[in-house]
Amino acid sequence: MTRLPPALILGAALSGLFLAAALVSLLWVPHAIDGVAIANRLQPPSATHLLGTDQLGRDILSMLMVGAQTSIAVAILAVGIGVALGVPLGLAAAANRGSWLDEIIMRGNDLIFAFPSLVIAILITARYGPSATNAILAIGIFNIPVFARVARGAALPIWTRDFIRAAQTAGKGRIRISAEHVLPNIANLLIVQATIQFSLGILAEAALSYVGLGAQPPTPSWGRMLSEAQTMIYTHPMLAVLPGLAIVMTVLGLNLMGDGLRDALDPRLRRGRA
Amino acid sequence: MARYLLTRALSLGLSLIVASVVIFALIEVIPGDPASYMMGLNATPENLAALRAELGLTGSPVTRYIDWVGGMLTGDFGTSYTYRVPVADLVADRIGVSLPLAIYALTLSTLIAFPVGIIAASRRGTWADHGIMGATQLGIAIPNFWFAMLLVLLFAVTLRWFSAGGFPGWSDPTAAIKALTLPAIALALPQASILARVMRSALLDTLDHDYIRTARAKGLTRGQAIRRHALRNALIPVLTIIGLQFSFLIAGAIIIENVFFLPGLGRLIFQGITQRDLIVVESVTMLLVFAVILVTFLVDLAYALVDPRLRRG
Repeated sequence: MTRLPPALILGAALSGLFLAAALVSLLWVPHAIDGVAIANRLQPPSATHLLGTDQLGRDILSMLMVGAQTSIAVAILAVGIGVALGVPLGLAAAANRGSWLDEIIMRGNDLIFAFPSLVIAILITARYGPSATNAILAIGIFNIPVFARVARGAALPIWTRDFIRAAQTAGKGRIRISAEHVLPNIANLLIVQATIQFSLGILAEAALSYVGLGAQPPTPSWGRMLSEAQTMIYTHPMLAVLPGLAIVMTVLGLNLMGDGLRDALDPRLRRGRA
Repeated sequence: MARYLLTRALSLGLSLIVASVVIFALIEVIPGDPASYMMGLNATPENLAALRAELGLTGSPVTRYIDWVGGMLTGDFGTSYTYRVPVADLVADRIGVSLPLAIYALTLSTLIAFPVGIIAASRRGTWADHGIMGATQLGIAIPNFWFAMLLVLLFAVTLRWFSAGGFPGWSDPTAAIKALTLPAIALALPQASILARVMRSALLDTLDHDYIRTARAKGLTRGQAIRRHALRNALIPVLTIIGLQFSFLIAGAIIIENVFFLPGLGRLIFQGITQRDLIVVESVTMLLVFAVILVTFLVDLAYALVDPRLRRG
């Protein structure tokens, strides 16, 4: 095994940090965030409050940790929707290459791709009420064509391989071959794509909750912390800086991890990029 | 060429039909009565019936859809429920902010991305390349609305070079362009990062071809070979991304306009949402989607002009 690329290590460390923060916050946070303590409001960083407190006296570090939960949960579920619906569609299209099914699935994909996703996400959350669930659905829908396309593109060359012909000779049907032989061979690519969509999901969730269409109060989220901080940007700029840094570091970590994984999993790319 | 044009035009038409059906269904058909949503909980049955009649919600969904699309085609976007003016008038007012902003941002992003991508490709593997690639990674990871807040913090609050928001109107073009500068930079940075990466990798792909080796063998430097030969061939993927970016710029502008209190289409959608003015939301969304799909179509046509091989596709 060759040495792991430094970008992959850095990316995994950054995303691991925020995943760990979210997990720890399920059990423990430095200070409870449901209580409002106006006496403690807008304190600078101290030994008690490592990152200070916000306009309602809540501990910012604790808010960021719980906010990580929201971002990560929304993004993971949105990726889940994309994988659960997109991968079977892509596999079905590849298994029936050139058929009417393939044609319908791919044209449907092109149509969804043509939509400005954030505009439609805003439309959905605006019409059906802002909530984390609607944000997940809105982001998830646009993940479906991404995974369908990646799965189909990766599955097509697999279908020409000898071990597929062997499976066909053994009497296995297309569905079984897709599940048992094609899927394991394209899993690498799907994992890389999932990492990328995960980071895009975090950005989309932040944007939606920044404009008030994501998770609703009192659920903390990074995007809403930013929109609340905006009015105080003149007096307390740190309130606007910290949640943004959390978003950037998580997204950067996931992107580096995605690139690193792709290089590590595909030796051809590694040579081409050096 | 005629066949290529025809298939592209057909798919443009189909996309627009599907888009309009989806938007119409999301707003007017799927569960929940738009009239009671717009009037809130305290609406009396009489008021609701009156609003339904006013919005034309009494007919079947099919006739309503045909009326709506027919109206849009003739420039009638409906009447805003809150402003009591035609939506077309509101759009005409606001497009003078949104369109210049999108063009400004796209221009900035292209002006930054081309030289940066070319430098990275011509000095592949050097510290300049690594530095540029690192910076673009960061640019992609930064949410544009947060970057906008940082710009306000630095240039409006601390340095006081720009105002923090608002729009003075086009009567004073210098002031108008100044007001759009921070928003355009905020929109352009993430797009420039993506474009620079695409530019670099498109150039690197092209550099593997024989004609570049020939050009190098004739004594051209790597940089000269890129500028004279590789650049034109790398333009196809770059054009694709520029087309796609228009869609991101429109979506991004919706949020950025809210950060800077710019009276554009994005802010109009949000005012529509908070005032539950569904007619405004429906028509303006359709207009934005139309713009995006049209740009995709035009980019497809542009390829065919750049690359004759695609015309046969």
